[in-house]
Amino acid sequence: MEAIILQILNGLDKGSAYALIALGLTLIFGTLGVVNFAHGALFMIGAFCAVTLSRILTLSHTVIDETKVDFLGNPLKVDVPYVYDWFGQATGDAIIDWAVPLAILFSIPVMLFVGYAMERGLIKHFYKRPHADQILVTFGLAIVLQEVIKYFYGANPIPTPAPQAFAGSFDFGAMLGFDPNTIIYPYWRLVYFAFAAIIIGGVFAFLQFTTFGMVVRAGMADRETVGLLGINIDKRFTIMFGIAAAVAGLAGVMYAPINSPNYHMGMDFLVLSFVVVVVGGMGSLPGAVAAGFLLGILESFASMGAVLEVLPGLNQIIIYLVAIIILLTRPRGLMGRKGVMED
Amino acid sequence: MTKSNFTRRGLLKTSAVAGAGVALPTIFTGSSAHAFTNEPTGSTVTLGFNVPQTGPYADEGADELRAYELAVEHLNGGGDGGMMNTFSSKALQGNGILGKKVEYVTGDTQTKSDAARASAKSMIEKDGAVMITGGSSSGVAVAVQALCQEAGIIFMAGLTHSNDTTGKDRKANGFRHFFNSYMSGAALAPVLANAYGTDRKAYHLTADYNWGYTTEEAVRASTEAMGWETVAAVKTPLTQTDFSSYIAPVLQSGADTLVLNHYGGNMVNSLTNAVQFGLRDKQVNGKDFQIVVPLYSRLMAKGAGANVKGIFGSTNWHWSLQDEGSKAFVKSFGTKYGFPPSQAAHTCYVQAMLYADAVERAGSFAPCAVAEALEGFEFDGMGNGPTLYRAEDHQCFKDVLVVKGKENPTSEFDLLEIVEVTPVDQVTYAPDHPQMGGPEATLGSCNNGA
Repeated sequence: MEAIILQILNGLDKGSAYALIALGLTLIFGTLGVVNFAHGALFMIGAFCAVTLSRILTLSHTVIDETKVDFLGNPLKVDVPYVYDWFGQATGDAIIDWAVPLAILFSIPVMLFVGYAMERGLIKHFYKRPHADQILVTFGLAIVLQEVIKYFYGANPIPTPAPQAFAGSFDFGAMLGFDPNTIIYPYWRLVYFAFAAIIIGGVFAFLQFTTFGMVVRAGMADRETVGLLGINIDKRFTIMFGIAAAVAGLAGVMYAPINSPNYHMGMDFLVLSFVVVVVGGMGSLPGAVAAGFLLGILESFASMGAVLEVLPGLNQIIIYLVAIIILLTRPRGLMGRKGVMED
Repeated sequence: MTKSNFTRRGLLKTSAVAGAGVALPTIFTGSSAHAFTNEPTGSTVTLGFNVPQTGPYADEGADELRAYELAVEHLNGGGDGGMMNTFSSKALQGNGILGKKVEYVTGDTQTKSDAARASAKSMIEKDGAVMITGGSSSGVAVAVQALCQEAGIIFMAGLTHSNDTTGKDRKANGFRHFFNSYMSGAALAPVLANAYGTDRKAYHLTADYNWGYTTEEAVRASTEAMGWETVAAVKTPLTQTDFSSYIAPVLQSGADTLVLNHYGGNMVNSLTNAVQFGLRDKQVNGKDFQIVVPLYSRLMAKGAGANVKGIFGSTNWHWSLQDEGSKAFVKSFGTKYGFPPSQAAHTCYVQAMLYADAVERAGSFAPCAVAEALEGFEFDGMGNGPTLYRAEDHQCFKDVLVVKGKENPTSEFDLLEIVEVTPVDQVTYAPDHPQMGGPEATLGSCNNGA
């Protein structure tokens, strides 16, 4: 029982990342009809926003410590962050410690700009081209973006820890009456899950309860008619691209403490996220979210030692197996609509 | 009275034999000009540096390349000479190799066996490289070593830790300075027993490829021999980035120790996940839960950040060593590049120097002559103390470092501290050891190529 609870928690956590990326992918596909293979790169750029802010906050000047020596035997050069000078060491440490949550604020304008620039600068030229062309150009863009990140940040993972307040793990076992230490879960992953729920809820509320969202939904259903009513739907869709980029970026920012950011982390998630979108149903936002959590949980169960003993490697294929089964039984995915990608 | 049978047929026969006899030295000379693959005939000799320039080990590859460039500089008489000053062999004179100026070409392994073979092949066939060295993966090392064996080129392995490189996949043309999984296990086990006791239940997470298997096998064998029990050994895909599904069940297994047979990004992520799950804060079986990382590198430790604090592992070399060779290399490398070299840089620099030295001592670039000069070669002054290039498997035998993540690092380079220098006798094994392929494993014959 403990193992099952633990893997459900794990699945929710993984599913959160899948769902957030798939949500952005679906937003772009549903509005602009573009298959955006650079979406994983947006997730990666979000994570590197956290890295960048962390580096900005730790910008330092050098002080020579004559009492110690460096690796060459010279007096040790000690880097003192400017925030120490401005706020004192204790406050400075606290600011640096909270770099990842602070990066949320930092990343929103960055990601909106990246999304806007990407859409206006490249993707708009491919709206009327076949999906294969869109995939090629966005995949190429993803490679360019990850090489740019590698050039500036190197190939090694960069540790970007969560604030100390969220270090350690929560003992669900003790809380639920099981033995202590049997169901433990890191605080930050719980934060990630809660954050994902807020973002997903926020996007749905935005689309459901605002005039802007209503117009966008109308445009998703019938772009031409909305355009005939004198509404500049293209502009709204461009803004939606920026919002989708921001969602992917925020998912990346908050993911940074879970796995140290590296330049190919976007590619690691991209294929799985597309499978999530297809399983959920192309163009369906609730489908993308539901499929994200479903596949995350299934993948976690397939990674259990007891399962792997019987079916080694199941965890690597489970998502694709489920995708095959669902597409055979429901060709439009779990919540897919008729007509999407069927022309 | 002598009777002469001087006929036309006889004249032709005699002429042919005489002609062949006169021509023989010429043919021999001509043949010796191409007696082996890429024999250098001009005033320069080309070495091939095949390192990961892209992909997950690109930073490690960049450090390897820095070391090779430094070695070339030193071989050609530039810089401060580095380890040439401390190397026990004095054959190198700083005038290139056998008087030929050293040039080099580079290739990108991408940490993929097929890409590494393709780049090595190109360097041999198009650039005329007389020796190939580098790499940062056992899969790459085994693949390129086999290619060099076929081509008749010496392969001086870079960073490769799998037993198989000089075990079941050993080749007469291939040589490894780096230590291996068996040595890691043999060096770590006594330190772990001393620190954590002999009554431990270990849970292994193992990267699902050749290096992971041999490392798990070696660490299991050495820790079980001292009394530890292995409760589970789970393979994890190389492409895995989130290890939470694998980490979460560890505490329920009854294990009190987690051994991460992971390298590079896998290790960074799995260790980070294990710390996030609070494993290091838990008590199991009345003992503090512990994590072990059999193979460390400073670059990996940097990636894992504070999570490495207090965690034991092994490493081939560390820049904080205080022997004259290590100090000379750190000074040379640090002055040129502004930061201390990694173990990958060290082993690659040493391999380049050892190759050059072997050529000088052999008086020839011919692979079989070089191999003969390296086999059984004993040397010192290269940072690891007295070292033997064992003839039977072309594996270097030297002391092995057991390290621990430093609790209070003073800089971004000061991440590991040496807790023990395990004597070479403690990590030496028979060439036909079962973990090394048993009696069937042989070097085969040396190949001089074309």
